[in-house]
Amino acid sequence: MATFIDRRLDGKNKSSVNRQRFIRRFKSQIKKAVTESMNGRSITDIDNGEKVNIPARDLSEPVFGHGPGGRREAIHPGNREFVTGDQIARPPGGGGSGGAGGGQASNSGEGEDDFVFELSREEFLELFFEDLELPNLVRTQLAKATEFKSVRAGFSSAGNPANIDVVRSLKGALARRLALAAPYTRRLREAEEALERLLAEMPVDEIRAKALVEEIEHLRARARAVPFIDTFDLRYANRVKQPQPTTQAVMFCIMDVSGSMDRARKDLAKRFFTLLYLFLKRNYEKIEVVFIRHHTVAKEVDEQEFFYSRETGGTVVSSALQLTADIMRERYPISSWNLYVAQASDGDNWHHDSPACRDILLQRIMPFVRYYAYIEITPDRHQSLWEAYEDVKAAHPHFAMRQIDGPADIYPVFRDLFRKRVS
Amino acid sequence: MNSSRLISESSEWTFPMLERYNEVIGQIAGNDFGLDTYPNQIEIITAEQMMDAYSSVGMPLGYKHWSYGKQFVLTEKNYRRGQMGLAYEIVINSDPCIAYLMEENTAMMQALVIAHAAYGHNSFFKGNYLFRTWTSADAIIDYLLFARNYIAECEERYGEETVELFLDSCHALMNYGVDRYKHPAPLSLHEEKQRQHDREEYRQSQINDLWRTIPVKPAETAAEQAKRYPAEPQENLLYFIEKNAPLLEPWQREIVRIVRKIAQYFYPQRQTQVMNEGHATFWHYTLLNRLYDEGYVNDGFMIEFLQSHTSVIQQPPFDHPHYSGINPYALGFAMMSDIKRICEAPTAEDRHWFPDIAGQDWLKVLDFAMRNFKDESFIAQYLSPKLMRDFKLFAVLDDDTQDELEVTAIHDDAGYRRLRRALADQYNLGSREPNIQVWNVAHRQDRSLTLRHTRYHRRPLHPDSTRKVLKHLYRLWGFTVRLEAVDENGKVELVGECPAGK
Repeated sequence: MATFIDRRLDGKNKSSVNRQRFIRRFKSQIKKAVTESMNGRSITDIDNGEKVNIPARDLSEPVFGHGPGGRREAIHPGNREFVTGDQIARPPGGGGSGGAGGGQASNSGEGEDDFVFELSREEFLELFFEDLELPNLVRTQLAKATEFKSVRAGFSSAGNPANIDVVRSLKGALARRLALAAPYTRRLREAEEALERLLAEMPVDEIRAKALVEEIEHLRARARAVPFIDTFDLRYANRVKQPQPTTQAVMFCIMDVSGSMDRARKDLAKRFFTLLYLFLKRNYEKIEVVFIRHHTVAKEVDEQEFFYSRETGGTVVSSALQLTADIMRERYPISSWNLYVAQASDGDNWHHDSPACRDILLQRIMPFVRYYAYIEITPDRHQSLWEAYEDVKAAHPHFAMRQIDGPADIYPVFRDLFRKRVS
Repeated sequence: MNSSRLISESSEWTFPMLERYNEVIGQIAGNDFGLDTYPNQIEIITAEQMMDAYSSVGMPLGYKHWSYGKQFVLTEKNYRRGQMGLAYEIVINSDPCIAYLMEENTAMMQALVIAHAAYGHNSFFKGNYLFRTWTSADAIIDYLLFARNYIAECEERYGEETVELFLDSCHALMNYGVDRYKHPAPLSLHEEKQRQHDREEYRQSQINDLWRTIPVKPAETAAEQAKRYPAEPQENLLYFIEKNAPLLEPWQREIVRIVRKIAQYFYPQRQTQVMNEGHATFWHYTLLNRLYDEGYVNDGFMIEFLQSHTSVIQQPPFDHPHYSGINPYALGFAMMSDIKRICEAPTAEDRHWFPDIAGQDWLKVLDFAMRNFKDESFIAQYLSPKLMRDFKLFAVLDDDTQDELEVTAIHDDAGYRRLRRALADQYNLGSREPNIQVWNVAHRQDRSLTLRHTRYHRRPLHPDSTRKVLKHLYRLWGFTVRLEAVDENGKVELVGECPAGK
C-alpha cells in the first residue's frame, strides 16, 4: 500500500548550490555579458537582476556521438504521398536535418541557440563590482535591500518563545480559569449552601446529604481540572518592520567629454558614477542625479547624452564647476538636500583655468557638499588641475581624489567616505 | 450508476481524497489486472521542488555538480517563460517506489499520476528484466546517499574545483561506464562503506604490479610486446580506467566507480523509453476507464482526463512544425493497446503475423511482453502492420554517397518487415551510440591508451565533441590517449590523439 508524504514545507532550494557552481564555472562568460548589458543600462537602473546570454556551445558537456555522414535509415510517421523508391532532394543543412536518431540531436539539446538565464540582483551586483575589489562588508551592504527597523506593535497570539510576555500570558490564563471554572463554582456554592441547610434541619436526611457531599467533591475536582496555563493563553510581544526614515540626496556627475576621453575611459567613469550612486542609495531614499558635461563650455544633459555623445575641443573645467555651483544654489538648498559631487576627467585642462577651479571649489562648492570625489583617468603624469585640487584636498577632508588606471583603482576613492559613514 | 461511490466532485484535491483514489486504483490494479508493484511512497511537492527534482535528473539525492545547476537554470527559464509545463510526475525506481505529485495538479491529474506512476511505471520497474538485472531498487537510495557524502568529503579534502573537474571527465564517459553482460551485486550503504576501504588498498597494489619496472629478459620482452593489454577489447571504459589508470589517487578511483554505478542505474531506462512510457500510459488509461465504469469518477473527470491523455499521445506527422521524432508515449501506448486488440479481436492478418498471441489472454501476453523485452526487441517482436498503417510510417535512407535521399519502405506489404527492422534499430542503443572499446595499452612503451571505434554504417564520430571527450579521457588516464576508427573492411585509421600528435 502507499504512504503519502507532504513535502511541500521542505526546503525548495535544493538546487541553489548547483546553481552557484554553475555561475562560478561560467563566470568569465557571464561577466562579459554583464559588462555588455551595463553599457546599455542607466546608472540609476543598476539595482535589478539581469538576463544573461551565453553561447550554448560553451556550456556543452561533450560525449561521444555520431556526426553527420555515413549511412542511416530513419523512420518517420505521417506519410502521405511517398512510395517506395522515391528520391527526395537532400534538405539544406546537411544530413543531420533528416531527423535521424543520431547522437548529436540529443546531446546539444536546442542546438546552438544562446543560453539565456536570469541573474538575481545580488548575483548581478556581485559580478558587476567584482573587479573593483570592494571589501566583502561593503559588497554585502551595497547589495542589501532597503533597511527596516523592527518596532513594537502590541501583542499577538503566535510567535517565538523568546518573545513570550509573561504578565500578559498569566493575565489571560487567570481570566480563562475563572471563565471555564465558573459553572462548577456556581453549582458548588449552591450545593454547599444546600448541604448546610440540610445539616441545619433535624432530622438529617442522610441519603440526600451523602449525595450532596459526593456532588461537592465531584464539582471541586472539575474546577481543579481546569489547567493553570494553556497554549491558548500565551501572548507574544509583537514586532513589525518599519522602513527606516531616510532623506534625500542629489548627486552631481561631472565629466569631461573633450576628444581625449575615449570609450574605455567613459566606461570606467560610468562604473565610478554607478558605485557612488549605490553608496548613496543605501543611505538615502530619494536620490536625484544631475549630469553635467563639459569641454570648453558646460551643459546639463540627460544620461544618454552624458555617456554617449562625443564632442571635441579644448577643456575648461571651471565652466562645469561654475554650472554645478549655480544649480546647487538654485535647486538644491542645503537645508533639505545632501549634496554629493563626482567628477571624472582625464586631467586635461587649460592651464590658466586651474586656479579658477580651485577658487570655485573652495568658495562655492566645498562648504556645501557632503563629499566630493574626483578621479583622473590617465596613465600619464598629472597636469595643473591635479595640483590645484591638491590644495582643495588639504583644506577639506571630505574631498577625495585619485588617479586611476583601471577598475581596481576606483574603490579606494570611496574608502574615506565609507569609513566616515561606518563610524 | 451509483453516485455515492464518487470520489471527487470538484477539481480541488485533499489528502483523504488522494488516499481513497490510491486505494481504489490499487485494488483494481492488483485484483482485476494482477499488476505486481513495489510499495508506493507518494510525495506531494511544489512546483519549485519539482524543478529541483527535474534538474537532478530524477535522482532524489544527487551529489553536487555544476551541470545540475545548468539543468536547473534551464528548467527554471523554460518554466518561467511558460514554454514548458512541468511534467506531471517524476517517479523513481526504488523500493518503495517514490512518486512525486505536484501541488498545482487538479484532482483528476493527481489520480492520473497515481495510476500512471505509482502503478504503471512502478510495475514496469519491478517486472522488466533489464531493471531486474541491472538495478537494485532497495539499495539505490542508500547508494546515492553514500555517493553524495563521499563526494562531499572529497571536496572538503581535495578542493571543490579539483573534484568538479574530475567529475566532468567522468561524466563525459558516463555512457561508456556500463556493464552490459554482468550482474552487479547489490550493497547497502553500510557494506558499501566498509568495502570501499578494502578496495582502495587492493586496487593500488594491482596497479603497481601492472607498471612494474623490474627488468625483464630480452626474449621475454619481445613476446610481451606482441601481447596486447587488455587481451580482449573492453567496452566498459570507466571500469577499465578505474582498475587500470596508472596515476589516479584512490579517491579518484572511487569517484569513477560512483559515476559508473549511477550510469549503470540509468542504463535500463535509456533502453526502455517506449516500453516504459507505453506501459504506464496504457495502464493509466485502462485503470481510469475502469474507475469510470465502476462509478468512482464522473463525466467531467473523464472529459478532463481524455483531453490530457490525448495531448500526451499525440503524434504530429513528419512535416508538422512541432515534429521532433516519434513520440515514445504515442508509440508505446499504441503498441500496448494493439497487443490487447490482437489478443481480443484478431484479424486474419494478425493471425498470420502473430499466431502465438492472437486470441490469447491479453493480460498474460502483455505481462510477458512487459517483462522480457527492451525497446528494440519489443518493436521487432510486436509492431503490427496495422500500427504501421495507422502511423503511416515510412523509411528514408540517408546515404552520404548518394546525392538524394531515398524512400526505402512505406507501410505496404513489401515494406512492413523493413520498416519494423529499421525502427527497432533506431532504438538499439548499440547502433545509436558509437561502439568504442579499449583496444590496447602500450604498457611497455609510453603507457598510451588506444581506443577503437568500430564504425556502424560508416557513421563517423562528431569531430568537435570527440576532441573534447579525448581531453577528458586524457585527464583520467594521465598519458597519451589515441582513438582509432575501424571501418567495415577492417581498415584502421587514427582519428584523434590527445595531447595532439608529435
